[in-house]
Amino acid sequence: MTETLTELPAFPAQRASGAPFDPPPEHRRLQRQAPVSRVRLWDDSTPWLVSSYAEQRAMLSDPRVSADARQAGYPHQSAGLKARRGNEVTFINMDDPQHARLRRMVTAPFAIKRVNAMRPAIQRIVDGLIDDLLAGPKPADLVQAFALPVPSLVICELLGVPYADHDFFQQNSKKLINRNSTPEESQAAQVELVDYLEELVGRKLIEPADDLLSRLAAEQVATGELTQHQLAVMGQLLLVAGHETTANMIALGTAALLEHPGQLAELRDADDPKLVAGAVEELLRYLTIVHSGRRRVATEDIEVGGQLIRKGEGIVLPTDIANRQPEEFADPDKLDIHRDARKHVAFGFGVHQCLGQPLARVELQIVYSTLYRRIPTLALAAERDQLKFKHDGLVYGVYELPVTW
Amino acid sequence: MRVTVDQDKCVGSGQCVLASEAVFDQRDEDGIAVLLTDTPSAADAEDVRQAAAVCPALAIDIQE
Repeated sequence: MTETLTELPAFPAQRASGAPFDPPPEHRRLQRQAPVSRVRLWDDSTPWLVSSYAEQRAMLSDPRVSADARQAGYPHQSAGLKARRGNEVTFINMDDPQHARLRRMVTAPFAIKRVNAMRPAIQRIVDGLIDDLLAGPKPADLVQAFALPVPSLVICELLGVPYADHDFFQQNSKKLINRNSTPEESQAAQVELVDYLEELVGRKLIEPADDLLSRLAAEQVATGELTQHQLAVMGQLLLVAGHETTANMIALGTAALLEHPGQLAELRDADDPKLVAGAVEELLRYLTIVHSGRRRVATEDIEVGGQLIRKGEGIVLPTDIANRQPEEFADPDKLDIHRDARKHVAFGFGVHQCLGQPLARVELQIVYSTLYRRIPTLALAAERDQLKFKHDGLVYGVYELPVTW
Repeated sequence: MRVTVDQDKCVGSGQCVLASEAVFDQRDEDGIAVLLTDTPSAADAEDVRQAAAVCPALAIDIQE
């Protein structure tokens, strides 16, 4: 058994040096070999790696596949996340019908019409941050000055969280999604965030405003559907999820576009919202920043890709390599903003597909069509090989993006 | 073409509305998909197929 264990490929593998936008070559080798194979994780557990696009979609939409992290065979991302998962369960780690009940409480503000109605407010936020950036010293760090504040301001406005507290929740968000956080750090960050939101929900019950937390406090907490604590846990999920993902897409997308100046110029000069929307889909596909594999566990025996996954066995689904599969996307390693990339699985697939995706799309469309137009001379203020990429994060990106203009 | 939406399966991702605003909408209260027509015009057929292909909950069924 020990011999077999050490022979299994360790997951995740490293990206190749000099290719920071491409998935680890070892993951793609496994994908070429078989759609489904065994891998070894940090804790020596040996779940199944479902590597190919079609099988990933099939598994992610299969009701025999569970997202419940409390189940024994669930393939945890790290010791820190394993510890955290035991405590506060959000609907991303529940199955239907419990998942659907809770998710449906928070879907309304992310409907396409509602998100489109936020465009002027998001545009103002983006314009204001660019004004400040241009008025400040250069070089500047695009992550701190722009990429993080955009989604942070937007999600704060939507939820009704005071942006003045952003240092506090941005620091704790970072600790929560870092694979290197210890169990203690991860738990402490979660407790701090939930305590903060629980107190905020308490205030919203007394003094409601026009925001999602106030609405949920009135509709769900006041009626006994949720406890104040349960709403705080849900609010924490939305706050964290709304931050790091879009922020990383903004900064990493800019880093990628700066290496493709022709396409950046096309995007900058585009007056066609469809071209911008298509470019966003392609960048989502190309970068697939949720890069450490979606995690599931089988609740029944399942035959897939020529293998039998037994009840109770873990399943790892790296969507980044599905989005680079040549059978699905021609010339997949080429960034091409004119490609129809809409079938990508960067937001996942199945009932757990990203709740905030309409908002993320609109934020990215506004950012990509505004930033390079307002700052046409935008350029990296560091050598690319000096950029520090988030290899240790659940969400990929750059820690800093020094830019000048 | 005849199209149906299973509202119990729908997770309100809004992907169908992005693919075809002429055929799909979302309920105000919870973002669940609703059909504006169940017999889309030939001009909308391709967009409806796209909507079915990207629906994460496999909630859209098409009969050609």
